[in-house]
Amino acid sequence: MSVTDSATAPPRGGVRRLTTARAVAEGIAQEMERDPRVFVLGEDIGAYGGIFGATGGLLEKFGPGRVRDTPISETAFIGLGIGAAVEGMRPIVELMFADFFGVAMDQIYNHMAKIHYESGGNVRVPMVLMTATGGGYGDAEQHSQCLWGTFAHLPGMKVVVPSNPADAKGLMISAIRDENPVVYMFHKGVMGLPWMAKNPRAIGPVPQSGDEVPIGRAAVAREGTDATVVTLSLSVHHALDVAEQMAEADGISLEVIDLRSLVPLDRQTIMSSVAKTGRLLIVDEDYQSFGVSGEVAATVAETDPGMLRAPVVRVAVPDVPIPYARPLERAVLPGPDRIRDGVHRLLKA
Amino acid sequence: MAVDGYGAATAVPGPASLQGQAGSSPELVQLLTPEGERVTHPDYPLELTAEEVKALYRDLVLVRRIDTESIALQRQGELGIWASLLGQEAAQVGSGRALGPHDMAFPTYREHGVAWCRGLDPVKLLELFRGVSHGGWDPAEHGFHLYTIVIGAQTLHATGYAMGIQRDGAVGEDGQAVIVYFGDGATSQGDVNEAFIWASVFNAPVVFFCQNNQWAISEPLERQSRIPLYQRARGFGFPGIRVDGNDVFACLAVTRKAMQAARDGQGPTFIEAFTYRMGAHTTTDDPTRYRLASELEAWKLKDPLERVKAYLVRTGAADQAFFEGVDEEATVLGKRVRTACQTMPDPQPLAIFDNVYAEPNALLEAERAQFAAYLDSFASEEVAQ
Ligand SMILES: Cc1ncc(C[n+]2csc(CCOP(=O)(O)OP(=O)(O)O)c2C)c(N)n1
Ligand SMILES: [Mg+2]
Repeated sequence: MSVTDSATAPPRGGVRRLTTARAVAEGIAQEMERDPRVFVLGEDIGAYGGIFGATGGLLEKFGPGRVRDTPISETAFIGLGIGAAVEGMRPIVELMFADFFGVAMDQIYNHMAKIHYESGGNVRVPMVLMTATGGGYGDAEQHSQCLWGTFAHLPGMKVVVPSNPADAKGLMISAIRDENPVVYMFHKGVMGLPWMAKNPRAIGPVPQSGDEVPIGRAAVAREGTDATVVTLSLSVHHALDVAEQMAEADGISLEVIDLRSLVPLDRQTIMSSVAKTGRLLIVDEDYQSFGVSGEVAATVAETDPGMLRAPVVRVAVPDVPIPYARPLERAVLPGPDRIRDGVHRLLKA
Repeated sequence: MAVDGYGAATAVPGPASLQGQAGSSPELVQLLTPEGERVTHPDYPLELTAEEVKALYRDLVLVRRIDTESIALQRQGELGIWASLLGQEAAQVGSGRALGPHDMAFPTYREHGVAWCRGLDPVKLLELFRGVSHGGWDPAEHGFHLYTIVIGAQTLHATGYAMGIQRDGAVGEDGQAVIVYFGDGATSQGDVNEAFIWASVFNAPVVFFCQNNQWAISEPLERQSRIPLYQRARGFGFPGIRVDGNDVFACLAVTRKAMQAARDGQGPTFIEAFTYRMGAHTTTDDPTRYRLASELEAWKLKDPLERVKAYLVRTGAADQAFFEGVDEEATVLGKRVRTACQTMPDPQPLAIFDNVYAEPNALLEAERAQFAAYLDSFASEEVAQ
């Protein structure tokens, strides 16, 4: 498979531009219109429209029967989502912050993720667990984690991590239609919210049509030849900014891979790119150790370490909690400065 | 530190809120009416000297001042976020002043008034909300634990702490007890219900102090419960009491009695302080999207400060000079807090590696060295330029 045919997203029509938040809500709305089994559960998802806007307008359109504000009880509403999915519904359950998975982890990884397996394939749990991740806006240790590595580590659930509006909509549609539990993790920084520092990439063209973006396919967000930057979610924005700037200022050509899905992981697209560039930088806003960055590096090491012309470089969150203090938070996050530094280290080696 | 109330989505008509109002129903313990009239309750005799009432009034005014100053600081970009206690001053001061020096309080993120009563400098709170520290006060020193945002988690910590006290045998008149604060919304959380069970089964010396401010961000009380919250306690096997949360006398008397019962080995009590969140959930929330202004107007008539003032005037316990003195003190406090906030130093980046573990850690030391080298590269670039 060549780099382009495995990785480039299928061309999508439409020039309408939406924020990622609106694109997510539109994807959900279209599926709710198409399929009466789809409904949404979560805290402040009704009149509030979701703390991060992912359910904006749904209450008005579908009413409180299908858009349900829940008591503050994550174990309950994730567990109830499982029950409803088993009964034949298609629940979308919003966990306000990925950080709160701790409250309900038994339901998530012992039940949602394993019922299909332990039932010998007799019982399916086709639900979407949608949750907000990431930091960068001063929200402290318990509200800023990405944690996608944790979810991806546990078998039985798919994990998607869109970085832009079109993918956010298409992946939501795929997640709803999927026969497996899908953990849908959006970074607050890609949502295009008016009150958050905004990267222009959080607003983009979104097709009107209800087309899927396939789960398990990475995208080449930018083609290049000197080094491969494998990244995901908000870090894709930063990586593209750095790539543009370094191309202009230093004549460095970076190829940026947007993973889009972690489970399943599109290892082929990673390998094809590294085969071309011979250099790999992994940028991940999750903790560095035991996570996505290690998995990507292992993929190359296991398949063909000989294709690497330099040691792999990782730019991730050091192994500390995300601090609340702004200057400290800036220090731990893999922002443009640290990515640039990583590129220099990679190319110097 | 953040409390999840962010974001301005587009305004949509919110569902009309249906919850009942706190009239002086027989089930509500009240010792001071909204008009400032002293009433009695057979279970809660309360003798307060004029000086004690004046001290409570001063607390209420100063705590409100800390709150309004902090909201202003947030609006001016000096704080990341602020969770206002407006309307809940009496619940916090009344319960906070009921605690003894050896008691321990476990707060949520809104208990600035309790913090005040525990002798914590409000500047410490602002360090947290400004984002220049992790909240570096020593809970043991103040009998005031860490702010907790993940809803309900602290009820278990408080129960565990109370069971520790029990093991230590710190009972009786000079004993210790624990009070844990949480909201109406938190009562739906599994952790909280499990804390009730444990406290009950093990007769732990803990008081569950629920400030029912009628809202959990955008969700009204009827999304959490179909019966009055205090009635739930019975099912868990301990007494539940509803108190007028805007009545500082009643909150003081009810909490005092519950804490002493806990110290005396009579186990937990659930106190529902019936009050109202007069402001937004946090500075980043816009409540007009989901609740009616008329509700706010009705609650304004029950203001926790005005009734104490009316009482002091009515009984002649305080004169104009006293009120002016308190206002002056509030102004000075506001200024002090403001100046301290604006001049707080930013922490140094390498501090991110501190306190992850109790002792040094090889991986983190390596990451610290790498990060220091990275930071130095900017310094040398600047020199080179
Ligand atoms: C486990 C968990 N779920 C959700 C949230 C998001 N959240 C923060 S504050 C809040 C409302 C809490 O309401 P209540 O307990 O009534 O306290 P109040 O804010 O009214 O004082 C919610 C849902 C959280 N912080 N933790
Ligand atoms: Mg509340």
